[in-house]
Amino acid sequence: MAKIFVYNAVRFLVLVILQVFLFKNIGYYNLATPFPYILFILLLPVGIPNFLLYCIAFSTGITVDAFYDTLGVNAAACVALAWARIIFVRITLQTDHYESYLTPLWGNVPFRWYFLYVSVITLFHHAVLFMMETFSFHQFHYTVVRVLLSCIFTVVIILLFSLLFYRKKQR
Amino acid sequence: MKNLWLILTRYNAFFLFIVFFGFAYYLVVQNNTFQRASAVNTSNQLVGAAYAKINGWKSYLHLSEDNALLAEENARLKEQLQRVMAPDSLAQGTVVDSIENVQYHYIVAKVTNNSIHQKNNYITLDKGRVHGIQKGMGVISASGIVGIVLNVSDHFSTVQSLLHSETRVSAALEDSKAFGSMTWGEGYDARVGMLKDIPNHVKVRKGEAVLTSGFSLFPPGIPIGKVIETGISGGDSFLDIKVELSTPFHNLQHVYVVDDLLAGERTELESQNENNG
Repeated sequence: MAKIFVYNAVRFLVLVILQVFLFKNIGYYNLATPFPYILFILLLPVGIPNFLLYCIAFSTGITVDAFYDTLGVNAAACVALAWARIIFVRITLQTDHYESYLTPLWGNVPFRWYFLYVSVITLFHHAVLFMMETFSFHQFHYTVVRVLLSCIFTVVIILLFSLLFYRKKQR
Repeated sequence: MKNLWLILTRYNAFFLFIVFFGFAYYLVVQNNTFQRASAVNTSNQLVGAAYAKINGWKSYLHLSEDNALLAEENARLKEQLQRVMAPDSLAQGTVVDSIENVQYHYIVAKVTNNSIHQKNNYITLDKGRVHGIQKGMGVISASGIVGIVLNVSDHFSTVQSLLHSETRVSAALEDSKAFGSMTWGEGYDARVGMLKDIPNHVKVRKGEAVLTSGFSLFPPGIPIGKVIETGISGGDSFLDIKVELSTPFHNLQHVYVVDDLLAGERTELESQNENNG
């Protein structure tokens, strides 16, 4: 229990610091900007209570927003992400899974499930994020392209991260 | 009640999402100027269009009164025109004014939204940037002044009504020509305004007309109202004068936006005073 808490706290610090100091400056023009900090929310234990998940997602978003000078935009996206995560977990996992403290990381879960999990939820997060940032349907196709390219970028970075920490099945 | 609670707990993910997302949305709109501007604009266009539609129907109810008012105004204008055009044997042939010296240009607009019961009242007009309306222009009606243009979109504009705690219009008394600033004053009766900063020594007559002074955006001599109460001393050496407003704010329909063609030149010249002072 304490171990899970420490792991997640460290993950939060590292990912947010990387996001605001490194990934903030990386991008393919304005088309693709990575937001791998959401990996922190993705890797929270499967059985986390909904309310706690929302609170953590919201505060993570606000923390990142503070560095991006866009108060509320990332927070809104993270809240949407939390919702998508709850739905996705409920649909794809069995009941005994989603009451455990399992960290949904590649190695603990099969790769196919992990890949789908990351890409679907990232897509959801980015869609909300870029819509909130643009805040209009003007040039909608441009926003869609940004969402898709950024999504690919983020997913690739997240998978690379996961590869770094990949361990054979512990169970 | 039990069922409601059951629904709330069963779908708690969704309801929590609504709560948190709503809060985040509020933060976005409150704290990011671009998002706030566009949120307000979107609603403005929607609201403006809706009001325009409803007012299109509502204006039929006022047709007869409006016609009467317009006819009255027509008569007055004709009378003035007559005075100008009257054959004056002295002037004829001697004065040739070759310069088209028109200072004020009037744009007719219809009121699509109006309020008189707030502390700060605003009016929406159905003309906007494409019709030549710009921020800061004066707005008058057939019977008196109305306010100042506050914001302009492409097809609508909002007017800061005279019934607004921060509106000040330079006004003068008809007889003494003493000038002060016209405000709403106490701010609850749409028919009564307050003329401030008139010096104590000026003799004010009850029933005396209050007109625009011509120092501000409005042409000189536009009626504002009549004095109904004098001698309320607001400070040490100034009178506060209660004025019955001549504009019927409660059923305002057609207004004119005043485009002062020389305003730019004047403000430019006047700004030099401050630079040197």
